[in-house]
Amino acid sequence: MDKITVKVGMASCGIAAGSRPVLKELQKTLAGRSEVEIKEVGCLGLCFHEPLVEVDQNGKRTVYGEVTPEIAARIVSEHIDGGKILEDRAILSDETDACENRMVERQVRVVLRNSGLIDPTRIEEYIARQGYEALKKALSSMTPEQVIEEILASGLRGRGGAGFPTGLKWKFARASRGDEKYVVCNADEGDPGAFMDRSVLEGDPHSIIEGMAVCGYAIGSTHGVIYCRAEYPLAIKNLSIALDQAREKNLLGKNIMGMGFEFDIYIKEGAGAFVCGEETALMASIEGRRGMPRPRPPFPANRGVYGKPTNINNVETFANIAWIILNGGKAFAAYGTEKSKGSKVFALAGKISKGGLVEVPMGMPIRDVIFDVGGGIPNGKKFKAVQLGGPSGGCLPESMLDTPVDYESINATGAIMGSGGMVVMDEDTCIVDVAKFFLTFVQNESCGKCPFCRIGTKRMLEILERICSGKGKPEDIGLLEDMAYKVKDGSLCGLGQTAPNPVLTTIKYFRDEYEAHINDKRCPAKVCTALIHYTIDPEKCIGCTKCARQCPVNAISGEIKKLHVIDQDACVRCGQCIKVCPVKAISVE
Amino acid sequence: MKTVPKETPKDVAKALEPVIKRYREKKGNTISLLSDIQTTFGYIPEDAVDHVSRVLNLPSAEIYGVASFYAMFRFKPEGKYVVRLCRGTACHVQGSWLIGEQLQRHFGIPEGGTTEDNMFSLHYVACLGCCSLAPVMMVNGTVHGRLSPELAVEVLESYRSKA
Ligand SMILES: Cc1cc2nc3c(=O)[nH]c(=O)nc-3n(C[C@H](O)[C@H](O)[C@H](O)COP(=O)(O)O)c2cc1C
Ligand code: FES
Repeated sequence: MDKITVKVGMASCGIAAGSRPVLKELQKTLAGRSEVEIKEVGCLGLCFHEPLVEVDQNGKRTVYGEVTPEIAARIVSEHIDGGKILEDRAILSDETDACENRMVERQVRVVLRNSGLIDPTRIEEYIARQGYEALKKALSSMTPEQVIEEILASGLRGRGGAGFPTGLKWKFARASRGDEKYVVCNADEGDPGAFMDRSVLEGDPHSIIEGMAVCGYAIGSTHGVIYCRAEYPLAIKNLSIALDQAREKNLLGKNIMGMGFEFDIYIKEGAGAFVCGEETALMASIEGRRGMPRPRPPFPANRGVYGKPTNINNVETFANIAWIILNGGKAFAAYGTEKSKGSKVFALAGKISKGGLVEVPMGMPIRDVIFDVGGGIPNGKKFKAVQLGGPSGGCLPESMLDTPVDYESINATGAIMGSGGMVVMDEDTCIVDVAKFFLTFVQNESCGKCPFCRIGTKRMLEILERICSGKGKPEDIGLLEDMAYKVKDGSLCGLGQTAPNPVLTTIKYFRDEYEAHINDKRCPAKVCTALIHYTIDPEKCIGCTKCARQCPVNAISGEIKKLHVIDQDACVRCGQCIKVCPVKAISVE
Repeated sequence: MKTVPKETPKDVAKALEPVIKRYREKKGNTISLLSDIQTTFGYIPEDAVDHVSRVLNLPSAEIYGVASFYAMFRFKPEGKYVVRLCRGTACHVQGSWLIGEQLQRHFGIPEGGTTEDNMFSLHYVACLGCCSLAPVMMVNGTVHGRLSPELAVEVLESYRSKA
């Protein structure tokens, strides 16, 4: 009889979209069927189709999207029992021409090689897909120097943002003298709009553990620490399970695989501070102090956690390691551009049709990532900008979309590659409001050590608030630029040095929108509440009272079957009336 | 200025016994000490800080210094359901501020506040990592996605009726 596996996506995104009731339904209908195995897997990256259910029949896969308990029941009766694929529901399939087949064709899977395919809480499944073979290979047939050479040959650069060559970092850490050294995994993922690391932490924790162990061997360290943000409870849970299992199988601990190597890892939970993603702040936080950055040098390789030589890498960086050791640095370097090798995971979010995780070769034009892989802008709206690199990054307009995704090309635009978040914005997004949003964020997250970062961002925020409320002055743009450069120059760590980037890039590429706010007191995207008002068209209003009943602040008055009016002073511009009006009588000016 | 009372209320001292024991045995750090206190009481009470400061000979300024640095620590009791509304970029672009305003209006509390019946506390956080389901909020560890202002209220009201 056929062996059938049914996989349910149970990462945070799946659960948020409602995969728990789907799983329950499948467990109920398939109870007692020994030929069918139900598996809980991580994130496949097709988050916009969650909840996802995959049916794997003799190695032939079909993935269903937007599954409800009812559809789950149909999958059992029609596909599993009836042998017929639900064509209307299949989004990926080895057997039919499903809608997302192309989205997947343009991708490569190095970092995400296991995510969404294996049950992350079962080490056997990781091992079955060549798991821990890289560690074995390194320990049994390579010297630490050879491991570092291989990583150097791969051209891998740090995926946490700055893009420093990983092999070189390891070399420094190896050369640094010390009786005790630390390997730290930066799983703080503070950049809002990015969730690559979460998905790997939740869906393939062993790939990170293996990468860290290889690093420990290469630099001569026995201690590993994973610093994970507290907002990721499922990641912490799956990591803890994975660590226990690895210890049980002697893949961590003393005398690993009987080859005399000792290495262990513990998890350190963050406590909610964006700046703790910065490496020196992160180390202070590991030691239990306020997460304040300090000047470098000394670099972590010389003086890191508890004063010991330390190598810090990002989650995604570590997730590449085992693949590189197994397949060779050359195979990795075959992907990508001259200076940016391999593949990069991007988190697509915002106004994009296919929001989720994609892994593409470096060098693919941003346009292809957004429009081809990501499906473009939904609801027939026009593209306005894409935000790269989070609070340290920038907003790029349509004209820059042919920029290839590699570190140097993106830096040249004024944005940064960052950790890989891409937030897409359409014509309904106000660029000045976005700049204000980011400054509010960095202003809140500034640790306060450097006056330029602490006070400078505050003054810049005040100017942006003024502009958004219609009180901007013509000289404000120049003032913003001037302060931006001062904050950049006067700050110690990456937070302050890059905090003005969202403002600078939006001024550079969207100056007209700033000018509309300042000179014409107009918000072209109709977002800034002080610059818009809602009105009811007397010709169209039928007096159905729906808007008046919906209004949360009772700002709409009118009798049944008579014209309704909005009290502009009471109106909070929440837009709910527009949504309920059956005759589209309400408009924003 | 407030003077530190010499005596810790008995129940607070008792509740802190395991925390202090753990901290003494394993040279821990202030962050884990604070999260242990928060797990014990649901927040960080002043009495508890005074007590551990005295017993462990740690300056309370240092404890407060760390506690106030990290967003996770709270100095007031929380509601039964802690609502963390995402105000990250992806959620912002999808209109999460409108949800924030609606929740504040509906429950009559500001950001960081707790409803009078101690049912809900409202916090804004930056990114819950479910950006493709934006806008999202987390209620005691469960993430709800693809929200609208009305839906968010509906979800929370269903928690209330379950309580
Ligand atoms: C303000 C700030 C926040 C940062 N946040 C993160 C983060 O969340 N995750 C991360 O991996 N790196 C972050 N970094 C970069 C780290 O400082 C460091 O460069 C990185 O962890 C090194 O790993 P990599 O070489 O593998 O990229 C941040 C840097 C700054 C200045
Ligand atoms: S921006 Fe809201 S979940 Fe990421």
